[in-house]
Amino acid sequence: MPVARALDEAALNQLAAEDSDAKLEAINGIVAAGDPAAIPLLRAMLNENLQRSGTRLVIVADDKVTDALTGTTVDASTAKLEPITINNRLRGALEGAIAALKLGSPDRQERLSAAKAVADEASEEMLPLIKRALEKESDKEVKALLGQARAMIEIKSGDAAVRRAAVKLLGESATPQAKQILESMLLKNSDGSFAEPDAGVRQEIQNAISAIETRFILPQLAGALFSGLSLGSVLLLAALGLAITFGLMGIINMAHGEMLMLGAYATYVVQLLFRQYLPDALDWYVVVAVPAAFLVTALVGIALERTVIRFLYGRPLETLLTTWGISLMLIQFVRMVFGAQNVEVGNPSWMSGGWDLGGDVVLPYNRIVIVFFAALVVLGMWLLLSRTRLGLYVRAVTQNRTMADCMGIQTPRVDWLTFGLGCGIAGLGGVALSQIGNVGPDLGQSYIVDSFMVVVLGGVGQLAGTVIAAVGLGEINKFLEPYAGAVLGKIFVLIFIILFIQKRPQGMFALKGRTAEN
Amino acid sequence: MILPVGRFSQLYDRRGWLWLGLFTAAVVLVVPLLRLLAPPTSAFYLSDYYVILIGKIMCYAIVALAMDLIWGYAGILSLGHGLFFALGGYAMGMYLMREIGNEGQYRSFLPDYMVFLDWKEFPWYWAGTEYFWLAVLKVILVPGVIAYVFGWFAFRSRIRGVYFSIITQALTFAFMLLFFRNATGFGGNNGFTDFKRILGFSLAHPGTRVVIFAVTGLFLILTLLLCRYIVKSKFGRVLMAIRDAESRAMFSGYNTRDYKLFVWTLSAVLCGIAGALYVPQVGIINPSEMSPANSIEIAIWVAVGGRGTLVGALVGAGIVNGAKSYLTVAWPAIWQYFLGALFVVVTLFLPHGIMGWRRGQTK
Repeated sequence: MPVARALDEAALNQLAAEDSDAKLEAINGIVAAGDPAAIPLLRAMLNENLQRSGTRLVIVADDKVTDALTGTTVDASTAKLEPITINNRLRGALEGAIAALKLGSPDRQERLSAAKAVADEASEEMLPLIKRALEKESDKEVKALLGQARAMIEIKSGDAAVRRAAVKLLGESATPQAKQILESMLLKNSDGSFAEPDAGVRQEIQNAISAIETRFILPQLAGALFSGLSLGSVLLLAALGLAITFGLMGIINMAHGEMLMLGAYATYVVQLLFRQYLPDALDWYVVVAVPAAFLVTALVGIALERTVIRFLYGRPLETLLTTWGISLMLIQFVRMVFGAQNVEVGNPSWMSGGWDLGGDVVLPYNRIVIVFFAALVVLGMWLLLSRTRLGLYVRAVTQNRTMADCMGIQTPRVDWLTFGLGCGIAGLGGVALSQIGNVGPDLGQSYIVDSFMVVVLGGVGQLAGTVIAAVGLGEINKFLEPYAGAVLGKIFVLIFIILFIQKRPQGMFALKGRTAEN
Repeated sequence: MILPVGRFSQLYDRRGWLWLGLFTAAVVLVVPLLRLLAPPTSAFYLSDYYVILIGKIMCYAIVALAMDLIWGYAGILSLGHGLFFALGGYAMGMYLMREIGNEGQYRSFLPDYMVFLDWKEFPWYWAGTEYFWLAVLKVILVPGVIAYVFGWFAFRSRIRGVYFSIITQALTFAFMLLFFRNATGFGGNNGFTDFKRILGFSLAHPGTRVVIFAVTGLFLILTLLLCRYIVKSKFGRVLMAIRDAESRAMFSGYNTRDYKLFVWTLSAVLCGIAGALYVPQVGIINPSEMSPANSIEIAIWVAVGGRGTLVGALVGAGIVNGAKSYLTVAWPAIWQYFLGALFVVVTLFLPHGIMGWRRGQTK
């Protein structure tokens, strides 16, 4: 093991001091010396493998004890070891120190992560290292991070001109962290004086903050719009099936939420099967889960329609109660099979992570995928309803069941096909939900009220209405959230819906016609 | 709206009055005597468990009557009646919280959860909660006003049938979310509990319990008579006309909106009172009472007994809740299946409930 010879032994031994301030001083000394050879030693200390044996420092790893300075093996049986304890403050300092020493690494990736760590954990002793690295650095991204780190250190400098330059640099770096630091500099001390004594620098800080804020406006707006769209597409996937069964068939399916839940559990089972039999293709289990969930829920739906619901056509309140009973039984069934606890459904690797817009706004890939998935499902539904024979039959039965019957359409067959389709689409929604939230037996319960609101607001039997209502509700919810909090925002939305229905009892897109009720 | 006054005694025939008299004697005399005087070792002794259980079921029976009044007679299926029940309960609960005084965990004049939230004084809407008469007023007014305002909007725009049901469900859901928040000031998801006394009497004392029990029983009888009076009057006939053909009733010159609004609000108030009687007996009120599931359960009590018959509501509330308290202890896993199956079987095979089935048998 190459040993940090540049370090004098006394400084090293101080790492084993009792006092954590002394330890910190020693770490800073190592950073100031700037020898990358000290990295293994620091890492050993971070992992609490660095121990003291008499006057020597030793590294203990895998039952092998080596001298920290010379790298020679020490006989473990004779050495009397005393562990060197570290606290969280030291842990942070050690991480920063290791990163600072790594800044000279030839590997770009290593430098980048080191620069990130340094930007998080900047301390004065790192300044020479950072400056040296800045001179040599050619990569733009690393350079920006280093510049930020440097500014964060220099901002504490005694020289107002240096501080001012640092503030300017931070303003240009435009990261949320920089903004936080700048804001903290504007605070007052407990005695009422400003943390930043120089008025000119304070002005500069103000400017820098507003510059950062202007640069954040767009990404943050985009982020808010996107989270609304994302919530909207989740609502849409949850409500689309309901729009078919409730809107087109007039069936109040209170078990609709449980179809979502079954879809999510189908995803879970597919994931389990992949893990068991096709671990190499685990990343693509979601692709298989989509048709699987559709099939499972569609079959459950068809079974329901054939055994129970078909006896209740034209009695919506009774259907409501019956399907509620069914939902209770389904929840209990799942609880007994899979347990009452949430099951773990993981994102495939291509769906984890996100797209960084800057300004602390990251759009998660799984949500982006769901937005597109929802769009695809809507497109498919629209094609099915408007371009296929089944769709024609469905619309015919919806408009006038008796007449459709007379024309030779087998209405019972259309009924179970449509109901199966509605439930199957709920299953697709379940796949999407499993990728962004917890999967448990109660999953569906939390969506049932929201989905009904979407359908009621959108207007019964209207695909376009459902889409607009879902996305609109999602956006309103997300834009109210920062002002009212999640719960109050939701309540406002519910009040809004109740008032809206005053104005347009049939929803946004009412079917035009002259039919009167009873 | 004029309720033509028939003769009060004609509400029930002789046998009916006899049953009512027996029931009154049971709740006012028999149960209290068995609880207080029978020695704990005797076979006639009633433990606290049963006094609370029967008291609880009587509260539910009041709710079932209120539900039957609007669903069975006016055709309005509310999936939000749990809300009014809980609101009444919370109104009473606020008073009971004040009665704890400074005997809470933190020895503060504030309820424990407020100390926990680091609040220094009661929020403004807690003003006057220390007066019992105000609590009683609120038990009636809060559910009543909320139901009236909601109903005014809903019936005005002629929301009916399943739409009304869904909107009421959303209403109770919204309130549940609101009450779950700690910042709302009603104890968050723990709600109110650990009550000590009511009107100065210790709630742990059997005498207090028995009195609340008797009051609940008497109020149940009053509710039954009131509902009976309403459905027997001309007003009740109009309600049934609205249930069976609303447009026709409207075209015949009846202002169906006012009829519905009145009976809807009355039903909510009855639920509120039931909730207020429930809380001191059971000793806890929390937002889960407002969950949509709870409200739908009320509908199944009425459906099991037979909607459109007041006795049916009583029978249904008794049977379902009796079964619940037995099954959730004996076979907890079975209860959900049982309840679910009840929904399916009753709507498919017993559309008129037990009372309708019995009537079919005797004919």
